[in-house]
Amino acid sequence: MFQSIDFSLLALTAPGWGGALLNGFLRSIQLAAGGYAVGIIIGILGASAKLYGGLVLRDLAEIYTMVIRAVPELVLMLLFYYVGTDLISRAAQAMGFTGFDIDGLLAGIIVIGLVQGGYATEVIRGAIKAVPHGQIEAAQAFGMSPVTVMRRVTIPAMTPHAMPGMANLWMIATKDTALLAVIGFSELTQVTRQAASATRAYFLFFLSAAALYLLLTLLSNVVLRWYETRARRGMIAAR
Amino acid sequence: MNDQPAIVIRDLHKRFGDLQVLKGVSLTANAGEVIAIIGGSGSGKSTLLRCINMLEHPTSGHIAIQGEAYAMRPSRAGGLQPADRRQVQRIRAQLGMVFQNFNLWPHRTVLENVTEAPVHVLGVPRDQAIARARQVLERVGLGEKLQTYPVHLSGGQQQRAAIARVLAIDPLAILFDEPTSALDPELVGEVLGVIRDLADEGRTMVLVTHEMAFARDVASRVIYLRDGRIEEEGTPEQLFGDPQSAHLKQFIRSVM
Ligand SMILES: Nc1ncnc2c1ncn2[C@@H]1O[C@H](COP(=O)(O)OP(=O)(O)OP(=O)(O)O)[C@@H](O)[C@H]1O
Ligand SMILES: [Mg+2]
Repeated sequence: MFQSIDFSLLALTAPGWGGALLNGFLRSIQLAAGGYAVGIIIGILGASAKLYGGLVLRDLAEIYTMVIRAVPELVLMLLFYYVGTDLISRAAQAMGFTGFDIDGLLAGIIVIGLVQGGYATEVIRGAIKAVPHGQIEAAQAFGMSPVTVMRRVTIPAMTPHAMPGMANLWMIATKDTALLAVIGFSELTQVTRQAASATRAYFLFFLSAAALYLLLTLLSNVVLRWYETRARRGMIAAR
Repeated sequence: MNDQPAIVIRDLHKRFGDLQVLKGVSLTANAGEVIAIIGGSGSGKSTLLRCINMLEHPTSGHIAIQGEAYAMRPSRAGGLQPADRRQVQRIRAQLGMVFQNFNLWPHRTVLENVTEAPVHVLGVPRDQAIARARQVLERVGLGEKLQTYPVHLSGGQQQRAAIARVLAIDPLAILFDEPTSALDPELVGEVLGVIRDLADEGRTMVLVTHEMAFARDVASRVIYLRDGRIEEEGTPEQLFGDPQSAHLKQFIRSVM
């Protein structure tokens, strides 16, 4: 079966598609990493709103996470992308900017980040609740401001508890980038589809894409495991 | 700098929901005094102590640290709440608190625990903070444990590290909430030894404790709290040698 596969189609330069594939892969990683980072920031803010916020903030965070978890991710992404870009360009026009163009990569990152943020809020909220309150009280008793307490004590102390859930979210982020193909982002899945339909070598290209996604996951696992060990410093070794 | 008492509390009331925990407590701690607060479980000792640095917000009453009164405003729950968060932070940074469960930060080494507040609250340069931390850790007998994480310390060592963490900010008063209650009996002595040293050195301290012999030994004044009120107050000799109230007599008999 492998005799019939023309591996020269994977050459880095045209007429091979290897270069295009790697570019798509790079774009996928950028989208995933950016979206993940945005998701973490939203998650910390969302968890703080739920745990420490007033009634209004708490309700807003509650509605946000409920919507994110209830609606299919593809629908959310289409919604955020089209409604978001539409709103921004209208706002730009209203303020007198014409020919305003929204950066595609940034838009994709924000779309993924908004979805990730909903799940991250729940993961981080649970992790913060697992931190013994005395540690936070000790920080307050020294006169730390709420932001300093968050930065110096709550976040590092909750990180080990958040790691399993957040590692999972990273995997989801890498795969969610593929959904952006529907909107036309030239990330790995989209490029793969183009290459496959141009050459009719479906098997070769989709298998290559799968291998690249797998490679990313394996590398991520190494990094995540190293980081979890670091985050757990000072804790009794589990297992 | 000023000769105001370190801590002044006037007519302090504290309610948790329908539970009236403090029912009008007044107390003054002058510089250099060691005040021991004794009393049965649930009498409000911890709550009183935690009001001093606003970890609990009083329902009514007045608290001043070194002459500076907390600015308070009515809270929605019908009590009081601090009106100025920055003032609370500023006052807290001058008070040290030692907790029953140590409450060290587990993700930081002993040294990092001790430099944390100086560097990140008081803005002391890191190298100065480290020099000072070494000094105070040496004092409490942990000079060899700088790079150790709290989880690898015994309870007594953890509590001594927590005391060093407080000494690092050179507080104008230290609040202790049953600092030896979570310790195995054989580790109590080493912690009490450190506290005794601080008393001898003239530090202002308010100490909630069940260690009556120790209170008798180091306190300049003892306060017996019962059911949210100060039932009796005086020198250790008065309170332990010649208790007036029947409750106190019985309390002393039950714990000694
Ligand atoms: N955050 C809180 N919410 C509700 N009730 C509380 C709270 N903190 C304390 N209480 C109640 O207030 C009362 C006094 O508590 P406090 O901790 O001040 O007692 P204590 O004298 O320190 O007792 P112990 O010797 O057991 O430590 C207790 O009945 C306790 O259950
Ligand atoms: Mg108590």
